[in-house]
Amino acid sequence: MNDVVDPSAWACPLPLRDYPSVVIGHGGGGKLTAELIAHLFAPAFGLAEQALGDAAVFDLAGGRLALSTDSFVVRPLFFPGGSIGELAVNGTVNDLAMVGARPAYLTVGFIIEEGLSMEVLAGVVSRMSQAAQRANVRIIAGDTKVVDRGHGDGIFINTTGIGFIPPGIALGAQRVRPGDVVLINGPIGNHGMAVMSVREGLQFEADILSDTAPLHDLVAMLIKAVGDALHALRDPTRGGLAAVLNEVAAAAGVCVQLDERAVPVEANVQSACELLGLDPLYVANEGKLVAFVAPERADAVLACMRAHPLGQQAAIIGQVLAQPAGMVTVRTPIGGTRILPMPIGEQLPRIC
Amino acid sequence: MKYLAEFRDSAIAQSLAAEIRRLVTRPWVLMEVCGGQTHSIIRNGLDQLLPVEITLIHGPGCPVCVTPLALIDKALMIAARPDVIFCSFGDMLRVPGSQKDLFRVKSEGGDVRVVYSPLDALMLARQNPNRQVVFFGIGFETTAPANAMAVLQAKRLGVRNFSVLISHVLVPPAIEAILRSPANRVQAFLAAGHVCSVMGYWQYVPLARRYGVPIVVTGFEPLDILEGIRRAVAQLEQGRAEVENAYPRAVTYEGNRPAQALLAEVFEVTDRAWRGIGVIPNSGWRLRSAYREFDAEVRFDLAAVQSQESPLCRSGDVLQGRLKPNECPAFGKQCTPRTPLGATMVSSEGACAAYYNYGRLAPERLASAPLPAMSG
Repeated sequence: MNDVVDPSAWACPLPLRDYPSVVIGHGGGGKLTAELIAHLFAPAFGLAEQALGDAAVFDLAGGRLALSTDSFVVRPLFFPGGSIGELAVNGTVNDLAMVGARPAYLTVGFIIEEGLSMEVLAGVVSRMSQAAQRANVRIIAGDTKVVDRGHGDGIFINTTGIGFIPPGIALGAQRVRPGDVVLINGPIGNHGMAVMSVREGLQFEADILSDTAPLHDLVAMLIKAVGDALHALRDPTRGGLAAVLNEVAAAAGVCVQLDERAVPVEANVQSACELLGLDPLYVANEGKLVAFVAPERADAVLACMRAHPLGQQAAIIGQVLAQPAGMVTVRTPIGGTRILPMPIGEQLPRIC
Repeated sequence: MKYLAEFRDSAIAQSLAAEIRRLVTRPWVLMEVCGGQTHSIIRNGLDQLLPVEITLIHGPGCPVCVTPLALIDKALMIAARPDVIFCSFGDMLRVPGSQKDLFRVKSEGGDVRVVYSPLDALMLARQNPNRQVVFFGIGFETTAPANAMAVLQAKRLGVRNFSVLISHVLVPPAIEAILRSPANRVQAFLAAGHVCSVMGYWQYVPLARRYGVPIVVTGFEPLDILEGIRRAVAQLEQGRAEVENAYPRAVTYEGNRPAQALLAEVFEVTDRAWRGIGVIPNSGWRLRSAYREFDAEVRFDLAAVQSQESPLCRSGDVLQGRLKPNECPAFGKQCTPRTPLGATMVSSEGACAAYYNYGRLAPERLASAPLPAMSG
C-alpha cells in the first residue's frame, strides 16, 4: 500500500475513444457517431459538417426538396406500441418533417435473414403499409436481399424518403438564437424503454408503449400557426433529448438550458429508468419533436401542439442562452445546475 | 414514484440546505463514500446548495474506478476466448484496460453480454453447456450477495461451465486506510447506504471511536444526502464523533443477516489491490477453497496478462489543486475533450474539460469554471 492515500487524486479511468475497429457505440448517435461522420464520412463525401441535420435540403427543377435515409435494426421486431415496420416508415417521415418538408415518396430496402418466418415478414410489411397510409406517403421502389442464417437479426430495413418543402420555409439549427424557447410535444423515453423492457424481460404494472408516430401533420400545423417564428425542429431519436440538444447547441453556437422539472416523463418510464440506472434524457423517442421558437410565439406553439393528438402533453422545457456557447445545461428540480454532456455511445446501465 | 419522489422534494431540500448553512461556523471536509452518492450530487447539483465552508470529497466507492487494471486485463483476455460467453454489468464495458476495453473485444468477435444479475449469467451457462460462461463479479458489499448466490447455486446444480472473475472490495478497510493516511483531510464520512443495507453499520462504530470521526449512514436521493450532510455537520460543530443512521428505511444496525451468512459461506477475506491506491490488507473477498473451482482466475490460464498504466496524464495533480489544467504540458495539445488523456478531460464535470470548453471562448470565465468532480 502507498504511504499516502489521497482520495482527492482518484478519478474514474477514462473511456477509450480511438478504436481501431467499429464498436457498437459508433451507431449510438452520440460522440462516437459524430466523430465517424466528421472525420470519415463528411470529408470523404465533401460535405460541410455543420450542414448535417435530419434531412438534406436541395433545389431541383425549380422546387425545394428534402431527402433522408435511415436504417432500422431493432430487436425484438415487435414490441409494445409498434414494430420495426412502423419505425421504418415513421422514422424517415419524421426526418423529412424536421426540415419542414411534406413527405411524399419512400423507397424500402429489406435485408432478410434466411429462416425468417413468412408470417413475421408479412406482419412487418403489413405494419409498413398501414404506417405509410397514415403518414400519407407512397412506397414506390424497393430492394430485397437475403443473408445466410446467423448473419442478420431477422430483418433489417432501410427506407429513403423524399419530400417537398413549401416556399418560404427554412428550418435549421443555424436559425436558433439566444432567447428562443424550447418545447417538446410530449413525454420522453417511451420508445427506448418499451423496447428495453421486452428485451430484458421486465414487467411493469402497465406496459410501456413505444411512441412511434408520424410527425409531419403536427409540423405542418406548427408552421401554419407561427410560420417564420419556428426556427428549428429536431426529433430526439437515438441518444435522446440530450443528444439533439447538444447538436443544436454546437451547430448554433448557443447554450441550451433545460428545466428538468418541466420535461414530461411518464411514471412507468421513470421507474424503469431508475431500475436500470438509465437517464430518460438519453433514451430514444420515435414520435417526439423538439421545437426552437421565437419567444413571443412560444405560447402559440404550445397551444398548437396541445390541440394536436400527438401533442396533448406538450411542454415548454427550456430556453436558449448565449453562454456558455456549445453546451447544454440543466436546472435540476432541487435548484442546482449541471452540464448535460453529449453521450459517447450507447447508454450503459450503471453498477453504482 | 412512491418512495422516490418524496425524497426529491425541492422545498424540503432548500430548508435542509438552510439548516446546514445555519449550523456551519467553520470549514469542514466531508467524504461521500459511494459513487452512487457522487452521481446523485452531480446530477442534482446538490453541491451548489451547500455553504462554501463544506467541501465534499468523492470517495473510493466506485467499482469502475477502483477495479485494478490487471483485473480488467484478465477480463479482456478471458472475454476474447472463443469458448467463452463473458457477462458483465453494463458500465464495465467501457472501462479501459492496458490496451483495449470490452467493447473492442466484442467488436473483435468476443461474446460479451450485458446482464443485470449474475443469476442471469448462471442461466446462460445452463442454456449453453458447451460454452464457458464467466461473470465479472466486481463491486462492494452491495453486489456481493448476488454473486455469492450464483456461485452457491452453480455448486448445488453442478454447473461446471460457470465461473466468476471476482474482485470484491470492502468499504470499512478503505475508510480506515484513508484515516490512517498522513495526507488525510476528511473529517466526516457519509457511509454508503446500500453497502450498509447488507452489512449493517456495527462495523463503523469502532472506526468512529478510534479515529474520532462522525460517520453517517446515508442514502442516495437528494434529501437523503442533504440529511446525511446535515447530521455530519451537526456532529462536527458539536465535537461529537458517532455513527448515525440517516437511512433507516433501508438500513438496520445488524444489516441483512441471511445475506451475511451467505457471504460468509462463499467468501473469505483477502488482501485486495485498489486502482490508484495500491494493496489494502484484508480489504476484499475471494472464494473459499470449497468454491475455488468457480474462480475464473483458477479456471483459465492468465499468466500472459501484463498491465501498464498510462504515464502521461496529470489529472491527479489537477484534482489536488497542485496544477491548473492549462498549466499541464499536454493541455489543449495531446489532451483535448476529443482525445483525452485523463478523466478530468473526458467528463464534462471535469476541471480540464471545463477549462477547455470555457477558456477557449472567454478566458475571464476561467475563474468561475465548475469545480472538479468525478463520478463513477
